[in-house]
Amino acid sequence: MNLNTVMAHRLFWPVVMLLVLLIINLLAFPGFFSIQVRDGHLFGSLIDILRNGSPTLMIAVGMTLVIATRGIDLSVGAICAISGAVACSIILGSSDPGSPATVAVAVGVSLLISLVLGVWNGFLVAVLGIQPIIATLILMTAGRGVAMLITEGQILTVNSPPFKAIGSGFFLGLPISVLIAAVIFVFALVLTRRTALGLMIEAVGINPEASRLAGVRARGLLITVYVFTAVCAAIAGLVLTSNQTAADANNTGLFIELDAILAVVIGGTSLAGGRYSLLGTLIGALVIQTLVTTVYTVGIPPIATMVFKAAVVTAVCLLQSPRTTELIESARRRQAHRRAKAVTA
Amino acid sequence: MKKILGPLAAAGALLLALTGCAQSGGGSSDGPKDPADMIVGFAQVGAESGWRTANTKDIQAAFKDAGIELKFSDAQQKQENQIKAIRSYIQQGVDVIAFSPVIESGWDAVLKEAKDAEIPVVLTDRAVDSKDDSLYVSFLGSDFIEEGKKAGEWLVEEYKDSTDPVNIIQLEGTTGAAPALDRAEGFADVIAADEKFQVVASQTGDFTRAGGKQVTEALLKSNPDVDVIYAHNDDMGLGAIEAIEAAGMKPGEDIKIVTVDAVKDGMQALADGKINFIVECSPLLGAQLVEIVEKVVAGEDVEKRIITEETTFTQEQAIEALPDRKY
Repeated sequence: MNLNTVMAHRLFWPVVMLLVLLIINLLAFPGFFSIQVRDGHLFGSLIDILRNGSPTLMIAVGMTLVIATRGIDLSVGAICAISGAVACSIILGSSDPGSPATVAVAVGVSLLISLVLGVWNGFLVAVLGIQPIIATLILMTAGRGVAMLITEGQILTVNSPPFKAIGSGFFLGLPISVLIAAVIFVFALVLTRRTALGLMIEAVGINPEASRLAGVRARGLLITVYVFTAVCAAIAGLVLTSNQTAADANNTGLFIELDAILAVVIGGTSLAGGRYSLLGTLIGALVIQTLVTTVYTVGIPPIATMVFKAAVVTAVCLLQSPRTTELIESARRRQAHRRAKAVTA
Repeated sequence: MKKILGPLAAAGALLLALTGCAQSGGGSSDGPKDPADMIVGFAQVGAESGWRTANTKDIQAAFKDAGIELKFSDAQQKQENQIKAIRSYIQQGVDVIAFSPVIESGWDAVLKEAKDAEIPVVLTDRAVDSKDDSLYVSFLGSDFIEEGKKAGEWLVEEYKDSTDPVNIIQLEGTTGAAPALDRAEGFADVIAADEKFQVVASQTGDFTRAGGKQVTEALLKSNPDVDVIYAHNDDMGLGAIEAIEAAGMKPGEDIKIVTVDAVKDGMQALADGKINFIVECSPLLGAQLVEIVEKVVAGEDVEKRIITEETTFTQEQAIEALPDRKY
């Protein structure tokens, strides 16, 4: 494989960006890549990136499929807040907050509610034909209000070891939240790429009418995709809430929909629907989380943080755009041509 | 952070309009008034945090105890709702209007209307940036710079016998917010007196637990020999505790933590020995507000700037104070 084919791969620039960010971190802090075993689990900056990036990744996996159908789901952040609020209020209301059974009930109820919320989004988009951005905007705005009603405007702190384990615990030395994200990722990958499901999702995204005529049941497919995303969002919400051991209706999952969409876009999936790449989304989510860590490690002043992030994201998007690739390509070709000429002369 | 049911806000506005119709024509008679005849309009920001809820409850309770009628409105964090509420209070002819401005700017027009209607205005908790300070009679609230200073003074006292350098990580509040700017300024002023105090890193945790945790995790790795964490509010301090514990250290011992606010969860952590010192930022300003209102209505002069009565807590004081804590 020569350099040209590698460079033409759509994941080339995101991977380069990820490596550049990691190297910047390494220069600013030489111990960045060191991973130790502390208290029987892995401990290090890279583990932090994986752990803190896992909620964004979970949501981004669902978002990839939604975007592949030419949709978008803005309500994921609100669903995070609702699932956290529901779980914490159930745990607080029970007589035995520390028992695994209580936590299982709390998690179960949160996931059930997210199913309903996903069906609601899917119903608006697939049955009523409302544009996805508008349909999910409804729940994005109202959802946080619902979460506020559940928590009565308070930050609900829970003291429950099994619940805390979801976001901060370790299993076989690895963070549980990373394992959950990995399961969701592999599940989506196998389900959509080892069956025809992925193809059908792409078909609906490219041309809904043609795919309907070809016998793809777009309606059921759309609802399923929104339900899957809502469940992913609810799981991410539980991880976030557990990580801070409190339900904060105002801040849990705030703007995470934007991070998730960004992860999908960095990963090379087009917002216009159709072809998608889950592997790209994984890299996108890692780029975003590494970016956040870079800000802390390098010590970029908080006032400049937003500009720094914007600059990096702009760079990735520019490098990735087909037009830029074309320009680089033609520049290289011209140079090669000139060199060839020089040799013959 | 501020997305709340639109319909709810609309319903609130409608309700406000209805009460406005029913209750028009309050007294503007001369002479000192009996508390029973006084009506005060209070336009609250919203209910965005436990701190704010405690603030609301305390103000309502204080006016009830004083026997003064309080008209209360919740602006759901929107300035236009707050302006509407103030206008309706002006129309109703209340005796005093009090409010916590959502943001600092854009109040001149509505405050001018209140002034023209000869209704005195008291600001609580947050200031306005109006150049014309005759638009309000008094501003009752915390002095955030003073809070930062108190945190710094504790640190100076705590390390007075040591000559080793003290490495500090600062967890800032939301970038650009007044409490974040002022708490950083006051703290920096005090610790600048001694060169052994070094702020090795300062990042924003957005006043949230998740933010405090994530920033601390990263900073602990790049600055392993940190001695003190100064957080601009309790929630970020609580996040820092989690990060320190995850790194296998003991918060409060291996790394000392100073925070501002003194909300219940923070006080609990202080009592448990995980936080070392908390500077109070009290939402309980109801009693002081009632006092100002009574003075204003009686025609007495009040101070233009009144600082909320606030204290600080050590671990021992927290154990004592915790059972009676209202928020």
